[in-house]
Amino acid sequence: MSLPTGSIPFRENAAQAIRNEALRAAMRNATGVFAVKRADAVSAVPLEEWRDKASETRLQVLDHLADYVDRFAKSAVRAGATVHRAKDAETAREIVACLLKDHGIQKAVKSKSMISEEIHLNDYLEKQGVTVVETDLGEYIIQIAREHPSHIIVPAIHKDRRQVGKLFAEKLGCAYTEDPAALTKIARAKLRQEFLSAEAGISGANFAVADSGSLVIFTNEGNGRMCTTLPRLHIAVTSIEKIIPSVADLPKFIRLLPRSATGQVVTTYLSMITGTRKAGEATGAKDLHIVLLDNGRSSIVAGEYREMLKCIRCGACLNACPVYQTVGGHAYGSTYPGPMGIILTVLLEGMERAHTLLDATTLCGACADVCPVKVPLPRLLRRLREQRTEMGLTPTMERQGMAGFGMAAKSPTLFGAGQQAARLLWPLARKIGVKGTLARMPIPAEQPFRRRIS
Amino acid sequence: MRVQLFVTCLIDTFFPETGEATLRLLRYFGVDAVLPTEQTCCGKPADSGGYRYESRKAAEHFLSVFGRSTDPIVVPSGSCASMVKNHYPELFRDDARLHAQATAVAGRVYELSQFLVNVLKADRAGLKGRGKITYHASCQLTRELGVKEEPLALLRSLDAAEFVPLPSADRCCGFGGTFMAKMPEISMALADEKLDTILSTGADTVTGCDHGCLMNISDAIRRRGAAVQAKHIAVVLAEGLA
Ligand code: SF4
Repeated sequence: MSLPTGSIPFRENAAQAIRNEALRAAMRNATGVFAVKRADAVSAVPLEEWRDKASETRLQVLDHLADYVDRFAKSAVRAGATVHRAKDAETAREIVACLLKDHGIQKAVKSKSMISEEIHLNDYLEKQGVTVVETDLGEYIIQIAREHPSHIIVPAIHKDRRQVGKLFAEKLGCAYTEDPAALTKIARAKLRQEFLSAEAGISGANFAVADSGSLVIFTNEGNGRMCTTLPRLHIAVTSIEKIIPSVADLPKFIRLLPRSATGQVVTTYLSMITGTRKAGEATGAKDLHIVLLDNGRSSIVAGEYREMLKCIRCGACLNACPVYQTVGGHAYGSTYPGPMGIILTVLLEGMERAHTLLDATTLCGACADVCPVKVPLPRLLRRLREQRTEMGLTPTMERQGMAGFGMAAKSPTLFGAGQQAARLLWPLARKIGVKGTLARMPIPAEQPFRRRIS
Repeated sequence: MRVQLFVTCLIDTFFPETGEATLRLLRYFGVDAVLPTEQTCCGKPADSGGYRYESRKAAEHFLSVFGRSTDPIVVPSGSCASMVKNHYPELFRDDARLHAQATAVAGRVYELSQFLVNVLKADRAGLKGRGKITYHASCQLTRELGVKEEPLALLRSLDAAEFVPLPSADRCCGFGGTFMAKMPEISMALADEKLDTILSTGADTVTGCDHGCLMNISDAIRRRGAAVQAKHIAVVLAEGLA
């Protein structure tokens, strides 16, 4: 599947989102709750120490990423899995489709995976005639609404319960209810049948452990465990930077990820899948395939944006971002929204397509405050803006204005002349306006301060 | 004691009364504040906009003007102070000579409230204020400079004024430099939300250490016709001087 061409119309999307009162209320509500819960969950722990340690471990992997990928692959194979390396999204999709075809499978259950979103797996499989059933409640909602996730861990964050109630009534033919417990029950009844009849389970992984070959999955609904243990075939799609060195490193992330994501002290379900079902074991897939996606990561890790790959996809930076809180995830027009999403999208999809997202930040720094692995998000955003300028992708008017600014900034005379001109031209400029911005600023003073006192 | 005052281009151009208030305050505490007249802009708008070449031009000029003395440099703006303190060294990461100069100058920079409290102990001077005041904690001041307590200490110390804390005080007001021009819809939405919290405090004045934010908040006030004023902390403090 090819991506839409042209750059993402972020400003237009955002302006539309801002007028959507229901969306604004849902976003304000949900991100507010998560932010408060997170703050609570980290208030009495040695957070700085934890963040430093987690960041160190992530860097250690990135410093030797190729080695760690090999080590993980060897361990996973030893444990009975088959490992496939996919250099890009297309290859990864094809691997999954071929596996399903080879096994003669037409229907798969799936637990939440942002990598599968990144490679647009569901659309692709559907076109091949495979039915994929999302089993995470949020993903299930999104799937029957035929939308895409608007948050990396809370896919349906933009919907309130009334909208979900209407959706269920319309698509599932049940009586309208907006009671979350009742809605969950309806979904569970539907999904239970799917789990029991599915012949393949598709999952992602939060971490992949190099020394044991284990996949680690955090969920809150237990659907991940059902997807990966009930069907005879389990296909896990994950990306190479999710590797951590050893099982001994896992506690660093077990304590940080849920706290940062939802403010939970621990996740409800933590699954570690090491290879296939062994003799005498009651559950587990008989056939386990791990698709390791690169999709540009090997080159990102060699460049100046490598620290972005420390990200453990907790979503805290989305919840903390005032822009994300205001416009929601769909406005970004990308798989990953919010501060981390801007950076990843530029890196994964290219500057030409994604440079408009670089304006989706005030550079306030709230994201960096909450990131559990200390990704220097504002610094990376600023650096990408510099790169955008170097590539000549900013508007001509802006470039000319900045060039003038550069000249004036180094010459007090020119600078003074600029101030005077601004004062004189202001009324006219206000009318034609820089998108009305001048009307939101006061008129320059009759005399600049320096003149007044010298 | 002598200091060099970098008044910032925004104050110089739009808010000279804030410059005057800053001077009065410093003089009140016996500080000899010198205002180098060749000063222009720190380069922040170009830096956050991604114009490295232009922001370096501004930064080089700043270094040449303020590199002439070894006095402390006082800046009535968190974002401009942080630009010099934190971003200059980064801007000159590939030029050893300028990097050294930038680091030396960075070490001399104080944001105004930081200087007033940590050097002049102005929070113990029994300054006067009036009315009910709340405070917006601007982003670079709070997160890049780590100046959180100083403005609060000053405001709480004011005689005859009531200080009321602002809920989510450090949430961005939506100014963001060029963001205000490039994303006006979001910028205004964030300023409106900021104003909602300001009005919830019942304060008659909202203050802060950055005129960029105060300008954006003032616009929200104007659009809504709200009965509250946005004033720079220098103005609030100088109002009570004898
Ligand atoms: S960048 Fe940091 S805060 Fe954002 S999702 Fe990744 S780990 Fe979480």
